[in-house]
This record gives sequence, C-alpha cells and structure tokens, in this order.
Amino acid sequence: MYQTTYHCPSSVEEAAALFGKGSDSKYLAGGHTLIPVMKQRLAAPSDVIDLGKIKELVGIEVSADALIIKAATTYFDILRSAEAKKAIPAIVHLASVLGDPQVRYRGTIGGSIANNDPAADFPAAVLALGATVKTNKRSISADDFFKGLFATALDDGEIITAISFPNPAKAGYSKMRHPASRFALTGVFVVKTKSGDVRVAATGASQDGVMRVPAVEAALKANWAPGALENVTISAEGLLSDIHGSSSYRANLVKVMAQRAVTAAG
Amino acid sequence: MGVEGIGASVVRKEDRRFVTGKGRYVDDIKLVGMTHAYFVRSPHAHAKVKSIDSSAAMKMPGVVGVLTGKEIVDDKIGNLICGWAITSRDGTPMKMGAWPAMAPETVRFVGQAVAVVIAETKNQAHDAAEAVVVNYEELPAAADIRAAIKPGAPQLHPEAPGNVIYDWTLGDEAATDTAFKSAANVVSLDITNNRLVPNAMEPRAAIADYNDAEEHFTLYTTSQNPHVARLVLSAFYNVAQEHKLRVVAPDVGGGFGSKIFIYPEEMVALWASKKVRRPVKWTGDRSEAFLTDAHGRDHLTKAEMAFDASNKIIGLRVKTYANLGAYMSLFSSSVPTYLYATLLSGQYNIPNIFAEVISVYTNTVPVDAYRGAGRPEASFVVERLMETAARQLKVDPAELRRKNFITAFPHQTPVIMAYDIGDFGASLDAALKAIDYSGFPARKDKAKKEGKLRGIGFSCYIEACGIAPSKAVGSLGAGVGLWESAEVRVNPVGTIEILTGSHSHGQGHETTFCQLVAERLGVPISQVQIVHGDTDKVQFGMGTYGSRSAAVGLTAILKAMEKVESKARKIAAHQLEASEDDIVIENGAFKVTGTDKSIALPMVALAAYTAHNLPDGMEPGLKEGAFYDPTNFTFPAGAYICELEVDAGTGKTGFVNFVAADDFGRLINPMIVEGQVHGGLAQGIGQALLEGAVYDASGQLVTASFMDYTMPRADDLPSFKLNHTTTLCPGNPLGVKGCGEAGAIGASAAVINAITDAIGNNKLEMPATPDRVWHAIHGNA
Repeated sequence: MYQTTYHCPSSVEEAAALFGKGSDSKYLAGGHTLIPVMKQRLAAPSDVIDLGKIKELVGIEVSADALIIKAATTYFDILRSAEAKKAIPAIVHLASVLGDPQVRYRGTIGGSIANNDPAADFPAAVLALGATVKTNKRSISADDFFKGLFATALDDGEIITAISFPNPAKAGYSKMRHPASRFALTGVFVVKTKSGDVRVAATGASQDGVMRVPAVEAALKANWAPGALENVTISAEGLLSDIHGSSSYRANLVKVMAQRAVTAAG
Repeated sequence: MGVEGIGASVVRKEDRRFVTGKGRYVDDIKLVGMTHAYFVRSPHAHAKVKSIDSSAAMKMPGVVGVLTGKEIVDDKIGNLICGWAITSRDGTPMKMGAWPAMAPETVRFVGQAVAVVIAETKNQAHDAAEAVVVNYEELPAAADIRAAIKPGAPQLHPEAPGNVIYDWTLGDEAATDTAFKSAANVVSLDITNNRLVPNAMEPRAAIADYNDAEEHFTLYTTSQNPHVARLVLSAFYNVAQEHKLRVVAPDVGGGFGSKIFIYPEEMVALWASKKVRRPVKWTGDRSEAFLTDAHGRDHLTKAEMAFDASNKIIGLRVKTYANLGAYMSLFSSSVPTYLYATLLSGQYNIPNIFAEVISVYTNTVPVDAYRGAGRPEASFVVERLMETAARQLKVDPAELRRKNFITAFPHQTPVIMAYDIGDFGASLDAALKAIDYSGFPARKDKAKKEGKLRGIGFSCYIEACGIAPSKAVGSLGAGVGLWESAEVRVNPVGTIEILTGSHSHGQGHETTFCQLVAERLGVPISQVQIVHGDTDKVQFGMGTYGSRSAAVGLTAILKAMEKVESKARKIAAHQLEASEDDIVIENGAFKVTGTDKSIALPMVALAAYTAHNLPDGMEPGLKEGAFYDPTNFTFPAGAYICELEVDAGTGKTGFVNFVAADDFGRLINPMIVEGQVHGGLAQGIGQALLEGAVYDASGQLVTASFMDYTMPRADDLPSFKLNHTTTLCPGNPLGVKGCGEAGAIGASAAVINAITDAIGNNKLEMPATPDRVWHAIHGNA
C-alpha cells in the first residue's frame, strides 16, 4: 500500500469539504473494494475519507410507504433489523446471503451501490424495487442511477446518504453464489409493486452490470408464478462468460433464479 | 496402552501455542540489522530479458542493493536441480533445461524473478522494486500441455525439443496389447486431472543470516525437510558449505508437499545476505504463493481397461501427458512416473498393465508433489474406469470391484509394487454398511419424485506410503536415500527429548511421537519433548512428506528407544542387584518382575549421568540414536462412498452422505488420524468440485487469488462419517501405514462417480462446477 492520508469526518458536510481539498480523494465505506486494490497498489488515493463513522449516515427508518436505509448501515444491521424484516423481508434475506459474516459486519449498502460491482447483490434490490437514491445534493431514481460496470450517476465527490425503498406488494431474491468469491454468479430480485407493476432485476449476469429483465417481467405480469417462466427464453447475448459460468449458463440462471425468487416472494 | 499411549486420542500438545497465537513462524523472527527483500517478477509467461535498469531504484529511500539474475550466475550460484533421474523409453536421460534462481536471459513463467531489491523495510523494497525498469522482448508462450506438444509450438528449453522432457514407460506393452486383443469388453476414458494450487495457510518465507566472522550462514525457512534443504543448498547450489549452514524450519503453517522443495527465494536470500553483509528476510504474499509455489497434478490421460467375459480385468493401458511447468522442480520427475504409474493396479488383480508417461514443459510455474503426489492421479484413473466399466457392463459397481479385488498377500503387481497386506473387501463392506447401500435405490426413487437427481459413487483407493526403501528408490533414479533418523535423550532428571528428522507442520508429531514414549515407558507425555526442524539440533533427517512420518520417522524413534531401554534396563538391574532379564518397565519405573523391588526412571537416568555406580565398562549417559530404512512401502487402502444430489436447475451439487472406511494399520492417535482424513477429504473433494488453476492462452494465471480460485470452505463439505478396518502393516514393528494423504487420494473419484451417476452423463471434468454439471445435464452444450 502506498502512503495516504486518512480522514475520519463526523458529518457529511465535513466529508464533502475534505474530498474537495484532496488531489485524488476517495471515500471509504465498508472498504471491501478500495482497501484490497490499495493493498495491491492498484489504487493510490491521496486522501481516504471514512464515511463509516458519520452518525447521520447510519440507521434504518420506516415511513408509511417506504423503508429508508441510510448509506453507511452495515449488512449485518440490515439483516437483524425488525423494521426492515417487517417492511421488505426480501431485503433482509438478500443481506443474509451476502458475502460471509466478516463482510456483513463491515460492508455497507451505500458502499455497495456506489461501487456498482456487476456481481454485487444490493444493486438488484435497488433497481427491482425502483428505489430512490438520496445524496447530499439530490435524489436519483434507481432507473437513472446505475450506468454500467462500476459506473453510477454520482458526481465526483457526491455522497449517498440513504436509499428509500417503496414497500412492494411482493418481493423475493434468489442468488446462485459464485463458488470462489461468493458474489452473485447470478442473482435475481423480483418485485410486484403495489400498483400491480412487475419489476425484475438481475445482477452478476450482464456485461453491463445490473439489468432489468423485460421478458421475465412481462411473463410475471401476466401470471405471477414460477411456472409462468417455463417457456421464457433468456438470451445469452451480452452476458458474462468466465471460468465459473458461461453466458448460456448465466442465461439459464436468470430464469431459474427468477423462478425461485417468485417462489420465495409467495 | 495407558491413557496417553498408542491408540489414545490425546489432545494435541502443540495446539496450545497455535490457538493462542504463540506459534513461532519464520515471519515472526526479527534479527538485529535485518533487511527486507522484494522480488522483481516477470509479468510475461515467456520473454527475453533485454536489459535491467536499477539506477533509479538504487536512489530510492532505504535501498541497500539491487541484485539481478546476471549477478547470481556470475557468482556461480548453481542452477536448481531435479533430484530424480528418469530415463525415456529410448534409453536417453530426461531432458532438463537450466533453471537459475533469478532469470539472467529468459523468463518462462509469470512470476519468475529477474531481480531482487534489498532495503531497510519491506515497503521500501517494494517501492524500489517498482522503480526497477526491465526491458522484455515478449516471446510466444505455450501455456498448457496441448499447446506445448503441438507441432511448431514455442520452444521453452533448447535441451528439450518439442518441449518433451521424457517419454517413459512401465509395464509390458506387448503382453498388454495381447490381453486387449482377447478382451470381451474394453472400457475407455479421456481424463483431465486438474491443476491445483497448494495454498498452505502460511505463505513461504525465508530469512538468511550470514555471519562474516564465522563465514557461517543461518537460514530460517518454511520447509518440510530442513536437512534436505541444507544438503541441496550446499551440495548443488554453491551458496554455503554444509558445515557452515544451519537450516531452521520453525513452526510451519502447512505444506501439503509445496514446502518440500528448495525455492529460488531461499537461494537468493542466502546469497544476498553475504553480498550485503546483513540478514535478509523475504516473506511471500498470497499473490506470490499463487504464482510461484509449485502447483500440483495437471495430467491429460487416455485410459483403457480390458475385461474378459466373466468381468475379470485382464489389462490396463494408460497414456498420460504430465505438465511439469517451465522448469523441473526438485521431485517433479518422479511424481507422474514412479509415484503414479506404480499404483495403477489399484486394489485389483490386473495381470497386464502398460503405462506411458510423457512429461512436458509449459510456460507455467513448476508442478511438483502435492498431497498424494501421483497417487491421486492414479487412483482417479483406476476408479473412474471401474465405475464406468460397471455402467457399461451393467453390473453393480461394488460387486465388480469385489470380483477383481486382490485377496492374497503379498501380491506382486505388474508395476513394481508388492502389496504386503490388506483386506479390501472388509473396507468396502464397512463403507457399504455405513452408507446403507441396500437402501440407496429407494432413496434415489424418493429423490426423483421430489425432482432431485441423486447419485452414488465409489472409490476404492490404494496408495504407497512409508516413503521409502532407500535401495529400491535408488535403483529407480532417486538422488537420495529415504530413511529417517532419531535420537532419544533421557536427561539426568528423567525427562526425555526426542530428536527427529520428521518435521511437523500440522501433523501433530509433537503429540503422537510422545505417545510412543508414554506407551513404552509409562511416563506422561508432559515429560517428553519433541525436537525437530533445526539442523544444529537434529543430526539428520529426510523430512515429512508421502505419509512417511509414522511408518519411517516413528519407527526410527522406536529403534532408538529400544537401545535406550536396553541400557536403562542394564543400569536398573545393576542398581537393583537383579538379572537384566527380570526387569520390566511399568508406569515409569523399572521393576524386578514378581517382586516389589523397583527403581524409577529418573533414578536410572541420574545413575547414568552421575556414573557413580554403573555396570563395569558401561559408558555414562542415557542417549541413543538410530537410523531406520524401511524394507518396503506401506499400503494404506480403503473405500469411500459418496451419495449426493444435483440441482438440475443450477447444476449445484449437494452432499447427502460421504463415508470413509480406511485401513491405516495401527492408529497412534485416532483423533489426529480423523483430522488428517478430514483434511485430506476436503482437498480431494476440493479437487473434484471446486479447485482448478487456470492459465489463459498467453500464460497469465486467471485464478491468481481466492476471488477466482475456489478453496473449499466448511460449508462446501459434508459431515464425514469415518470408519476404520485394520490389517497391521507387517513391514514395520508398529504396524502403521500412514494416513496423511488418503483422503486427497481417494475422494475425488467417489465424488465424480456420484455426480455422473446422478446426471446420467459420464463426460464430466474436474472441477465439476455447477456450470460444468449443468452443461453435462443439458448435453455438454
């Protein structure tokens, strides 16, 4: 690891100000991506600004129609939250199958979606539930937030403060774990909204990162049942292919995981 | 036996320091004035080193020196050796290319060192290493066996045309061909034995300390065999003379074979320490371990088995290509030959066997012994063939095996090995009972009704351990004898130190070896200390590998114990004024049988050292040494059965049951044996389902971290059901056979046999990832 300057601000405002002062600043959330690449000397930020100690970024709130998870809340805090479990149990399930205990104790929801790893779990939930990403500057809809591999709509220095998930009528998540990394080899989050719309998002499958799956959405809108997907074909075009899963295998997983997510959603 | 003697599941003495963080590993050692080394490594699989410019690096903070491959060659440091000479079928010796410790001209695998930076801190060395400018001219690479043997393939070494190191055979080709011509049925398989990365928990490390005034070196290193390291470093590498080199292998965090070999980093550290007149430390990181530790396995095999009309095996024909990587590591040549083809008879009576093994160079890190070393590859070939044959011949796989089992011992196979004893039917019966084989069809039907694909798979393995009778291995090309030595020191106060050449790096020797003393003298194991891993303390030893420590190392201790006991008995008889023949040893005392006269061991020891009242002519002291050279290999064997279900939607395998019935001869500590089997099974199942080292066509290691290389985790594995059957090994007085590698040798075939049974497609390569299994279910698309 190269030398860097570590900062531990106590407010979002202070963090943003520090970011502006550094020549090549990086925010630190759970650190599961930034710290390894720094250790491998693949990243050399001048300043590392830790968002994890900012109290206003931690916590879970519920409103009449939404679950609001603040950005620096850990997966562990999400999976043991009674409020979250009551509001959207599929999110709690997702957090419980994410990584391993060490990852769940440190990793944060804001870090996950800001990084937008193509195999991360939470982008699927955010996109499928049509969540709103709140930052220190604005609100961004999920459909506008994810911009491809490791890319988001966030401006340089912009800080995610919270994610607001509208309560669905039904939601479920099913994931095939990558054998080595235990990211999602493919994970599918299915949602039936209160207005009767169906939104389905897959992670780990596409070369462009998290994606909606229109063919599955259409079939489920017509009939919310695993069997409704029997004759749906997912194209392998544009899907990831590597030693752990060919594109045709991942295409199969999109369908199978969607079916199992529907079963889980009930 | 007593509560701490042979057969007792005594809690491991060494675990107290390991679980409380008090182990002392190489990286824990800090010497005064110590510098740190960081290697500049090739990013290319094959390239010419055109120039190295270290001028900028030399000016960096804390840099003590930058040394290159040219300098190590100029200083006449020897090339790395391969210690087992193999002769090709045409009578020519194996064709070995030169392997300098750092590459002066040509790099042949990603990660090969070209230079080293020595600096005050590790970070400074790392910073400066990035400032070393190496100008490479890239060459085309051959990154796997198929690429290396293609006509026109890139040539790695001028000594080895076509990248072929040797083309070796074993067995009678003509007789085997004749047997195949008369066969009623022939079963044939193409088999890939996947390449594995050992991944010991502790990465390799070395500290070299040159003492200018004494012209003496000390090397602290992560070695399974420090004496062999000293021998090779002095006799072949010209870094230090044997009497001027002390090698210490302190606590070592696992080896699995990968720490048998002497690596370039150890040579460079010694050489550099003399150059800079300071101690030099190198600690590899996990990335370096992936790139530079010797890998394991990596075979491509075509195997055929011939049966007569009564389903008796009449012939086995095997042709194997083995990937040895870019250079020949210390024992690499023996692994796919004498450690592999000699086990191809398995547990079966096979009158005719012919094996051809062609070893090739590729632009990958060297391949050498890894837990099982050749025997897992052999067992996989034989047991996949047997299962395939049972399906093809439409007979029960257990019964086909039983029909062909060797039942009379000793049994001379057509491939050198003479099995001394075994009861293969007993192991199979125990495993069948443990898994309730007769209930399997009903379980399979039930699973089918629930939409699950259930399968069962067998593996009846045999291995050759107790490595090895020196004369026998010498006649086959080994450069060393494979005996073991020991010394038993009874101190004047009656405590006991056992000095052994068997290094312990996870095996539990510090407990099991004490149990032998407890058994024989009746003293508590707390009175016994095991000393190992230091060439200044232990006179000599051949180290720990090949499941040899109990059969060879512990027998050497037993031989030394017998000498100590004999002398102590004489002293006791003298002290008690009794006949030596009437002295019995019980509970730490020497007693005159049939009387209440006795003398405690500490008093015998004290008498030996005060020497005030010893028998006439007896030397003072109570200390004896022994060398033990085994007369034969030992042959652990057993039966593993795996029952599992496959999720047809995802191809994911879920274990239902995994049972083992092993015959290891006498068990010294059943709890430790159980742990060894668990670890071995984890590695065998890991090979079958999870692990696989993959290089891309350009020779870059794709699986260079745990993000892509799937190490088995606890939740990937079933809860094992272990059983033991016992035939005592007649070849050594303890009747032990060895247990360290069995799981890794036998497990893979059982798993693949079970999956292919479940999915009804026999074409499935390891690791059987969900992706591969799903494709196999859906027609290998």
